[in-house]
Amino acid sequence: MGQQTIKMISANDLLVETLHLKNNGYRLVAITCTNKNGMELSYSFDKDYDLLNLRFVTDTEEEISSVSIIYPFSFLYENEIKELFGVNIKDISIDFNNTLYKIPMKTPFNRKEGDE
Amino acid sequence: MGKRTVIPFGPQHPVLPEPIHLDLVLEDEIVVEAIPRIGYIHRGLEKLVEKKDFQQYTYVAERICGICSFMHGMGYCMTIESIMEVKIPERAEFLRTIWAELSRMHSHLLWMGLLADAFGFESLFMQSWRLREQILDIFEETTGGRVIFSVCDIGGVRRDINSETLNKIVGVLDGLEKEFKEMTEVFINDTSVKARTKGVGVLSKQAASDLGAVGPMARASGVEMDMRTQGYSAYGQLKFEPIIEIAGDSYARTSVRIREIFQSIDLIKQCVTLIPEGDIKIKVSGNPNGEYFTRIEQPRGEVIYYGKANGTKFLDRLRVRTPTFANVPALLETLKGCALADVPILILTIDPCISCTER
Repeated sequence: MGQQTIKMISANDLLVETLHLKNNGYRLVAITCTNKNGMELSYSFDKDYDLLNLRFVTDTEEEISSVSIIYPFSFLYENEIKELFGVNIKDISIDFNNTLYKIPMKTPFNRKEGDE
Repeated sequence: MGKRTVIPFGPQHPVLPEPIHLDLVLEDEIVVEAIPRIGYIHRGLEKLVEKKDFQQYTYVAERICGICSFMHGMGYCMTIESIMEVKIPERAEFLRTIWAELSRMHSHLLWMGLLADAFGFESLFMQSWRLREQILDIFEETTGGRVIFSVCDIGGVRRDINSETLNKIVGVLDGLEKEFKEMTEVFINDTSVKARTKGVGVLSKQAASDLGAVGPMARASGVEMDMRTQGYSAYGQLKFEPIIEIAGDSYARTSVRIREIFQSIDLIKQCVTLIPEGDIKIKVSGNPNGEYFTRIEQPRGEVIYYGKANGTKFLDRLRVRTPTFANVPALLETLKGCALADVPILILTIDPCISCTER
């Protein structure tokens, strides 16, 4: 299998780093969020079967820029993360405003005490 | 500019086996934009890693999809095995490859039947599904199940296939190949089939790449990408090349899947020749700790499993990026400029699996 690399970045550098990868022929293949010690976002890119992951940790307060300005099809990944985790992703090309999955509870992957 | 109309398509529609909704913006009869809506069958399966331990989750993973069930179990097991640095027995790798290729065959045959049904060729639909039954019979004989198999396990597989049964499978595939060749003639050469597929819904190589398309959707547009070439399971020991077409239309996507069925038959036969004797499972002890991205080639394309473990029996996270999830943007692109009457065919040519997409 190809290489797997994780590159830690800051949330502010996301668009610059993503644009750099796009210009170098990388394909966005997934965006993943893990809620453990903060919201850990991993943006996975493929080139020649090698997987490069841009990663940063954030919280639900911080505004995260949508990469849909660079990869327009990222809107599905970003809507999913916004709805399931409550990550504050701004300017998604098609923003479903937390109705992608139409689930009855808010942010199931980020439940707080007292949430219904 | 013609009059603009918005037509809601789905979630219930005769060609849709599963619910997806599209708002189609039309100018006269031509689609100028399509906006998708999903969310009708979200089951929260990724969330279940918090309640099912990593061993139990193998059986949940299989239930992500009723068509790719084996491959979901396999991809999940490979993720945990990679995190735990477990090397499974070689015989198990070959058995997994055989079941995976049988899964590809039955998935493509199912899709061919649905396509034929969508353009009203009912006898072709029935012939496709009749052939598919033979694959399901093999599954039943070798695993005990026709949809959910539960044979993949962390550390290997739970059932062996003896040499007599392997030879019997080759015999069944020989007969199926002959019948499939006859049926292929209709899909490839019939005038009415070509009228509905040739030149319809063209996706360029650049667009397929830019939009993140995967699997037959991408390969029909000339993108040479097939995760099997990376040699996971037994694929590293088998001879094959990715099936590529360049036209990028519905006909090319049909052609890729047809050729992949012949390829799967060949791969299974190679496996039967090369499969070594030996154990089918090793004992795995302890809990996983670490993270890993697994990428395998399902019938609909590349699927990515991300597992993150913390040393306990419950994972921190399991993320499954399914091929249909990746192919939805490419579908939206192919719909632009097509006639309203072609929309059902185009939706089918991505071979959508909404259960996978929503998990």
